[in-house]
Amino acid sequence: MYCKRLGYIVKVILSLFLLFALAFDSKAGEEEHQEGLFDLKEMIFSHVLDSYDWHLITVGGHHYSVPLPVIVKSRDRGWFVFSSSRIAHGESYEGFRIAPDGVYKGKVVEIGIADEQIRPLDLSFTKNAASICLASLLLVLIFVSLASGYKKDPFKPRRGFSGSLEMLIMSILNDVIKPCVGPSYKSCAPYLLTVFFFIFFNNLLGLVPIIPGGANVTGNISVTLVLALFTFMMTNLFGSKEYWKEIFWPDVPTWLKVPVPIMPFIELLGIFTKPFALMIRLFANMLAGHIVILVLVSLIFIFSTMIGSGVASGVSVVSVAFSVFMLLLDVLVSFIQAYVFTMLSSIFIGMGRVEHHASH
Amino acid sequence: MELFTPDIGLMFWMLIPFGVVFFVLARFAWPAILKGVDKRASFIEESLQSAKEANERLAGIKEESERFLAQVKEEQLRLLKDAVDMREQMLKEAKQQAAVEADKIIQEARMTIRKEKDDAIREVRTQVAELSIGIAEKVLRRNLDNKEVQMELVNKLIDEAQKN
Repeated sequence: MYCKRLGYIVKVILSLFLLFALAFDSKAGEEEHQEGLFDLKEMIFSHVLDSYDWHLITVGGHHYSVPLPVIVKSRDRGWFVFSSSRIAHGESYEGFRIAPDGVYKGKVVEIGIADEQIRPLDLSFTKNAASICLASLLLVLIFVSLASGYKKDPFKPRRGFSGSLEMLIMSILNDVIKPCVGPSYKSCAPYLLTVFFFIFFNNLLGLVPIIPGGANVTGNISVTLVLALFTFMMTNLFGSKEYWKEIFWPDVPTWLKVPVPIMPFIELLGIFTKPFALMIRLFANMLAGHIVILVLVSLIFIFSTMIGSGVASGVSVVSVAFSVFMLLLDVLVSFIQAYVFTMLSSIFIGMGRVEHHASH
Repeated sequence: MELFTPDIGLMFWMLIPFGVVFFVLARFAWPAILKGVDKRASFIEESLQSAKEANERLAGIKEESERFLAQVKEEQLRLLKDAVDMREQMLKEAKQQAAVEADKIIQEARMTIRKEKDDAIREVRTQVAELSIGIAEKVLRRNLDNKEVQMELVNKLIDEAQKN
């Protein structure tokens, strides 16, 4: 009884806090340029967006970060490679700087003759790129060593970490890839397994708040775009004759196909909407997870600037508890999103490999 | 909206590592792992199958051994019975033979006795006859007038004969 009542009281308090948070959030947006106020939008965007250096900590107004290489190709002057520390804090180097505003805000731009901003070809090794490379390195190390164990002694039962990896691999293979792709699953199983573990590892790394992690990789549209592109290629490059027939000459009344090809048009569109949906849903889910955690942590600072540090310390207990809860939830989401991406990819690839049914 | 604009640079840096990871894992990791797991699964299946077979065979062996044991016991009983029978048979035969033998010995003994007796009788007869003849001679030699003398003489002769 006592516990139940306590739980009820906590719930009421939490919902009140949430209401306040929403109210002050909108206010914070309005007053973002005021001196000394906590800039929520800036904070969140600087965390979820890619950046040229890897921010470590800010102490007393001084930012400490790991510089990463900036690789740009000017339209006229060729390639430039330099450390991101040279263009940090609005400084310019060799005619390049990070645009403080405009269309290219936050990106490296070249300052033209008339002081206009020109965007060079930018292949900088950014925070997300570094995080991707780290995750890739981890993936290769872990799975190649696991495989060498299997080559040495396939009959040894796996325990611990490799045992759980084996369980994960087999459950993805048997519960997702096999039923979704169909009989020809073997040829695309390596791709789908790679995709699953790539997303899963990057998701988990993104949840670690300190340096080797924390980059919002899978919540970045460029990353999900490339992943969706891979699935698109896997689906269409190895599509069966039946698959293409279903697109250009589907089994519908003829007036839907000739003279105006309504159905073929819709089917053709479907080829692109499927990977597009893949791209958007992974991006949006992971981004949302990061933003929610950041907002919950930010509640402390919002309250401290709005009301005072006394209330803020009270709020901090609640919002830290909430953040922990959200972080745990995001661990689950990390798995679910990798799982769903793999499952949808499997289904799309499986749809591309349909064989002619005898029942037609 | 930077958030929704794909960035060429990051796409490049995504494409390369992902491609490399895909290639490396598809070449060196997944086939080995899946083959290993498959191998182990079939090994376990085979082991279970052979264990089952061994169990069945063991049960068969047990049954067979029990049957064999029962057979042996039966054989033993039969042998014992045979031995007892044989002993009895032997005893019986021995008794019979002994009886026959004894009969034969008795018969022989009887025959010997009879022969001895006959011999003895024959000898006695001969001696009696000889004696009689001797006595008769002696009697004839003397005067056989007196009856008393005759008797005396006869007795005397018999005594003599006895002394001889």
